[in-house]
Amino acid sequence: MIDTLAILAIFSGLFFFLSGSIGLLRLPDLFTRLHALAKADNVGLALVALGVIILEPAVINDIKIVIIWLLVMAASAISSHLVARHALRENRNDD
Amino acid sequence: MIELLWSIFDITLVLLLLALAWTTCSTQDVKRAVTLFIAMGLLLAIVWARLKAPDLALAEAVIGAGISGALLLSAIKDYPSNMVSHRSTLIEGIINSLTLVLTILMSWAVWHGLNMSDGVRLSEPVISQLPVSGVSNPVTAVLLNYRAYDTLLELAVVLTAVLTVLTLNEKRVDYEFSSPLLQGMTRWLVPLLVVTSGYLLWVGAHAPGGAFQAGAMLAAAMILLQLAYPSRRQEFNNSLLKILLVIGIFTFLLVGLWMMSLNDDFLAFTPAWAGTLILIIETAATVSIATALTLAYLGGRPRGWEDTNRTSRSIAENGGAG
Repeated sequence: MIDTLAILAIFSGLFFFLSGSIGLLRLPDLFTRLHALAKADNVGLALVALGVIILEPAVINDIKIVIIWLLVMAASAISSHLVARHALRENRNDD
Repeated sequence: MIELLWSIFDITLVLLLLALAWTTCSTQDVKRAVTLFIAMGLLLAIVWARLKAPDLALAEAVIGAGISGALLLSAIKDYPSNMVSHRSTLIEGIINSLTLVLTILMSWAVWHGLNMSDGVRLSEPVISQLPVSGVSNPVTAVLLNYRAYDTLLELAVVLTAVLTVLTLNEKRVDYEFSSPLLQGMTRWLVPLLVVTSGYLLWVGAHAPGGAFQAGAMLAAAMILLQLAYPSRRQEFNNSLLKILLVIGIFTFLLVGLWMMSLNDDFLAFTPAWAGTLILIIETAATVSIATALTLAYLGGRPRGWEDTNRTSRSIAENGGAG
C-alpha cells in the first residue's frame, strides 16, 4: 500500500517533468518556456521527493530531501526571474 | 529486473554524456558550448555517483559544473554575443590528432586496468594503513597523508594559475544590475553555504568531503555576493586577501617541515597527531582555495591591489633606511 503510494507519487512527478520538458521544446518564446519549465519542474520535484520520503525510513534523510526540494525551488524561482528580467531588459534596449 | 533497469539507466547516462561532450566540442556558438559544458559537468557528477565515487561526484558538481561554469560564463561576457570560434584547418587538425592519440592511450589504460588480474592493487595497502593515517575516509587519507606531496603541489598549481590571472588583468567590470529578489535569496543562502562548506571540511575526515569541495563552496558564496551586491563589494581588504591566498600552502609547508624535523621525512606525519594536522592543513587550504577561486572569478586584480604593495614596499624601504 505504502509502496503503491510512493510509486504513484514518483510517476506523477515524472509526468510533470515530462510535460515541462515538452513545454520547453514546443512553446514559442522564452517567457512561455520559462513558465512551463519552472512551474512543472517544481511540482514534479515535489512529487518525486514525496515518493522518496515515503520510501525512506530514516527521518534525518527525509529532512535532507525536504531541504533539497526547498533549495531547488528557491533557486529555480529566482533564476527564472533573473532570466526573464534579463530578456525583458534586452528587448527594451532593442526598441 | 532491477539490474536491467539500472543498466538501462547507466547506458542512457553514458550516451547522454557522450552526446553532450560531442555537441559541446562541435558547436560554433561559444555561449551554447559553455551552457552544454555545465550540463555535462552535472551529468558527469551523476556518473561518478553511480560509480560509487561520491568524493569525485561532489568535486565535479561543485568545481566542474559550478565554479568552472561561473568562470566560463564571466569569461565569455568579454566577447560579443554573436562570437564564434575561428580556427585554421592546421590547428584544428593538430588538436584533433592529439585528442585521438589521448583517447587511444586512455582507452588502453582503462582496458589494461580492468583486465589486470595479478598486478599491484593499491586499495589493500590503503585500507591496511588507514588506522594510522589519522582519518577514516580512505580518499582523504590518500590525499592528505599518503600522497600529501601531490596535494601540496596541487595547491601550488592553483596559486600559480591565480597569480597569472592577477598579473594579466584588472578586475572585470561588474554587472550593473542586480535584482532585489536575488539579494533576498543571497541573504539567507550565503550563511547556508558557509555552514555547508564548514560541514564538508569537517566531514572529510570520515566521509566524502574535504578542502577542495569546501573551498569551492565558499567561493560560490563569494561569487553569489558579487552578483547580488555588485556595487557594495568594490573595496576588498587587499592585504588580508593576499594572506588568505597563500595561507594554505604556507601552513602545508610549515607542517611538512615540522614533521621533517621530527620524523626525518618531509610530510611524514606522527600517527598520533595526524588527524589534527590534517584538519589544520585542510582548514587553511579551504580558505586559500576559496580566495583563489574568487579572485579567478573576478578575472584580475581588485582595485587597490598594487597600491597596498607600493605602500608596504615603501614602508619596508623606509624601515630599511631608518
